[in-house]
Amino acid sequence: MANVISDETIEYVGILAKLELTDAEKEEAKKDMGRMLDYIDMLNELDTSGVEPMSHVFAMNNVFREDVVTNGDEREKILKNAPEQKDGSFKVPKTVE
Amino acid sequence: MSDILEMTAVQLGGKIKSREVGVAEAARAALGQIRAAEPVVHAYVTVDEEGALRRAEEIQKKIDAGELTGPLAGVPVAIKDNMCTEGMLTTCSSKILYNFVPTYTAEAVLNLEKAGAVILGKTNMDEFAMGSTTETSAFGVTRNPWNPEHVPGGSSGGSCAAVAANECFYALGSDTGGSIRQPSSFCGVTGIKPTYGTVSRYGLIAYGSSLDQIGPIAKDVTDCAAVLEAIASYDRKDSTSIPRGDCDFTSALRDDVKGMRIGIPRDYLGEGLDSEVKAAILAAAEVLKEKGAVVEEFDLSLVEYAIPAYYVIASAEASSNLSRFDGVKYGLRAKEYEGLHNMYKRSRSEGFGPEVKRRIMLGSFVLSSGYYDAYYLKALRTKALIKKAFDKAFEKYDVILGPASPSTAPMLGESLSDPLKMYLGDIYTISVNLAGLPGMTVPCGKDSKGLPIGLQLIGDCFREKNIIRAGYAFEQSRTYESPALARNAQTGGVPGDIAGSAPDTAAESRMGSAPNTAAEGRTGSTAESIGKEAR
Repeated sequence: MANVISDETIEYVGILAKLELTDAEKEEAKKDMGRMLDYIDMLNELDTSGVEPMSHVFAMNNVFREDVVTNGDEREKILKNAPEQKDGSFKVPKTVE
Repeated sequence: MSDILEMTAVQLGGKIKSREVGVAEAARAALGQIRAAEPVVHAYVTVDEEGALRRAEEIQKKIDAGELTGPLAGVPVAIKDNMCTEGMLTTCSSKILYNFVPTYTAEAVLNLEKAGAVILGKTNMDEFAMGSTTETSAFGVTRNPWNPEHVPGGSSGGSCAAVAANECFYALGSDTGGSIRQPSSFCGVTGIKPTYGTVSRYGLIAYGSSLDQIGPIAKDVTDCAAVLEAIASYDRKDSTSIPRGDCDFTSALRDDVKGMRIGIPRDYLGEGLDSEVKAAILAAAEVLKEKGAVVEEFDLSLVEYAIPAYYVIASAEASSNLSRFDGVKYGLRAKEYEGLHNMYKRSRSEGFGPEVKRRIMLGSFVLSSGYYDAYYLKALRTKALIKKAFDKAFEKYDVILGPASPSTAPMLGESLSDPLKMYLGDIYTISVNLAGLPGMTVPCGKDSKGLPIGLQLIGDCFREKNIIRAGYAFEQSRTYESPALARNAQTGGVPGDIAGSAPDTAAESRMGSAPNTAAEGRTGSTAESIGKEAR
């Protein structure tokens, strides 16, 4: 395996991805990602110098519109999906001491 | 009237229009078949019996009043569970959305409702559309109606299995790397992935935003063209939506391919392609040739690079798109946590399955500083080259023809053990998404195991009509075949009146209305019951 994923890398990716992995999952993820990257390295066979990265197939322009509210007040409906709510707001764990 | 189930969507729409079949009668037939077939197939996550029957009455009134006159008015449909439906559970087959009830309806579904569709329920899929077998669903696997030991394909496996098993008259699916075309191939049905931007993605829960497209799945090309005509629309709420004035797709339903230039990429016929699939594809090409098309083989190039490029791009977009699932606004929140960040992490770790985690991790990695250029930008440059290769091909050809998948449906459990191998199965479908092209699968035979083989037809951007015309012409050479299960189940299990009937089938435990579901007791759902256990 050409790509060896270190413990530090998996730790870092876990932070970026906001995922908490068990030790067994971390070992599995290291192997998985290494294999995937080995495979993805196939792209290095292609000469892409001078080729512009294509994020969208068609030329995309920003779509502007007036910043006006068109839907009604759906707060009650939306809050129904919240795992926890309080006083008409989403309730989250304390974030400021 | 069990033969209702054998009708295509457009045939049924015609019978409803001429008052030979009632809308409620059609809905009951489909719901009866769902009851009969679901214990084996499990194509649905949620079945909304009450809502469907109520809606059927409303639609019937509008038809009687002359307000609804379209070809699909009154025809029951199934919707993939990654499209938002107001008031109806929408899970993406993920534990993290086990109780999510959207407050709005996806634009494509809204377009169907305007056309008089009766929504039966939501279909099973690979979790967040990540997978090729529908086995990564948090709510159990869907089985292939042709042989329950085999997968239906994925990620729109529930939609395709439901159509094949006559558990609906047509369905909506979504296609990011082949998720309509590959399961259509495995289930012996027809499916179209339209040109990127043709169908609004508003309300489609995003996986890879630059690749995702909603499309129809049905028994034949005529149905698919009619449904696509109904769902295609320019939508300002989707900034990648494209205004196009040529969405009269049914006008292309002509048995005429004289002079049509059809190219078969040699790269699609090489190593890895099952010999029976290859024979069926070449026989299909021969049919089109006999009808007057000019068919030849050519070198498309770059085919093998589409898969690594796709997995970089799709995973990168997924890692960004799925960051919204954080246990705050909807879905699952972990019970135990210490502080906000730990709550995010625990909720996501408990809510997402292994394949979703795998792709979020890969996506986060390829977007991270130090690797962004080497992986993400490299993949976007590869995408540009792939698009160029297709542009060159479409200078010479109207349609590109090939298989939809290297093999027929694998056995359950065969694919998940080796993700890389599963990814390789997407080789013929993935590049179509990268290049934004329209693609269609049409059934073209069966292998010696009795499993369906699908023919893939690919068109240039905005040239759906070419593939619809070729598909329609080819289809005239065969008759639609449904699996035994689609016929056997219906003879044994059509109840006269489902609403309020006593629990009498094995499907009851899943479909019977639980009084305390998030959807106010009117939808029966596997997600709800499993979600409760999860808590």
